[in-house]
Amino acid sequence: MKTYYNPEDLKKFGNIGDFQKSMADKFFDYYGEVFKEGALTAREKSLIALAVAHAVQCPYCIDAYTVDSMEKGCDEEQMMEAVHVAAAIRGGASLVHSTQMMNKVKEISM
Amino acid sequence: MKSLKAQNHPLSSSKYEIELLESTDFGGTFESKLEESGLFPLKPTQIEILQINMGKMCNQVCKHCHVDAGPDRKEIMEREVMNHCLKVIRENKIRTVDLTGGAPEMNPHFRWFVSEIRAIDSEINIIVRCNLTIILANPKYHDLPEFYKENKIEVVSSLPYFNAAKTDAQRGDGVFEKSIKALRMLNEIGYGIPGTGLVLNLVYNPSGAFLPGSQEGLEAEFKKKLSNQYAVEFNSLFTITNIPISRFLEYLQRSGNYEAYMEKLISSYNPSAASNVMCRSTVSVGWDGYLYDCDFNQMLELKVNSPGSQHIKDWKQNALKEREIVVNQHCFGCTAGAGSSCGGATA
Repeated sequence: MKTYYNPEDLKKFGNIGDFQKSMADKFFDYYGEVFKEGALTAREKSLIALAVAHAVQCPYCIDAYTVDSMEKGCDEEQMMEAVHVAAAIRGGASLVHSTQMMNKVKEISM
Repeated sequence: MKSLKAQNHPLSSSKYEIELLESTDFGGTFESKLEESGLFPLKPTQIEILQINMGKMCNQVCKHCHVDAGPDRKEIMEREVMNHCLKVIRENKIRTVDLTGGAPEMNPHFRWFVSEIRAIDSEINIIVRCNLTIILANPKYHDLPEFYKENKIEVVSSLPYFNAAKTDAQRGDGVFEKSIKALRMLNEIGYGIPGTGLVLNLVYNPSGAFLPGSQEGLEAEFKKKLSNQYAVEFNSLFTITNIPISRFLEYLQRSGNYEAYMEKLISSYNPSAASNVMCRSTVSVGWDGYLYDCDFNQMLELKVNSPGSQHIKDWKQNALKEREIVVNQHCFGCTAGAGSSCGGATA
């Protein structure tokens, strides 16, 4: 069955340079720099990446950062809490817009 | 749970394991990778460590065990072989003796053997790979911490995670709780406490089909969690990659992770880790006295390539130093990422 997403394609991520090398090189250098130990630990960054992967709903990123979080010693509870952070922000982003709806209701109501 | 051998499982045959590892091509042979790195044939740098496997008998049946150890395994080292080991240690000025198993403490000659090694030289670093639960398994083992202390033993113990769920999933029900009790007993007499000189190192290996992350990062996390939640202290954490043989290979196959895991190991090949593999400084002795390049080769029955010096009784230091180390596809486990050895990351 043909699908838009194929898990095997994750391995080809590095090949994006085949079509535009200089930008890909710059991107991967930047990517590597971002995930190094810094003011945040590599472990903390992995959990943030896992949460963002769910927020942007990227199946490749979810696979990659589930494995990466486990490699960095995170447990299931920590990983699920990270996803809840993403869910809370996504849900909150919808709900906070309800203030606009409430404003409008008040504006046009007697 | 029974050992693979007791189950008569095909993966209890080293011949079958090697055929399986060699039959699949996931992106190159280990030999070809070493050639690319200028390391083939792989040769020893020197012989610093004698790692002695005192037998396959163990009180635990861990799901990842490369020895396929357990209570149903009866192969243990006899005193005659130990006497040959003592002669080799004495005559070749071996600086580190690393005792492993199974549970080495279950060998009835264990205490005698340790005392004899210590009598050779007070400065030899003697490592005992203690699974922790053995200390609580029977009253006759309760004084093991004192025995280790008297003999200035470096204790190296497996603890795959700082919670019960992951530890017990890999090492058996109740292992985490017993391990914490045993670690506290070791701490109480000074093991793992700064300034005592009594070294207690922990081994982390992943509870599944993934590689260990940064040793430094995991050590910091383990220290924080074990100290805050369980009042347990230790010196260093060694991260070890699960090698795709024996029970871990069986798990990989059963769970459908074998191909992806091998691909990950091979694509993570690190030449720097390859140049620091432990087999370049170690000789491994099996329970029956045969010699191997490492404990993994021992379980695959791949003896040292050193004709005339394949058994501890025939030890020829120069021939062993000049040997070509036997490698195969499982060796990718020691060269992936930050590398892996019995002393942790290598790159």
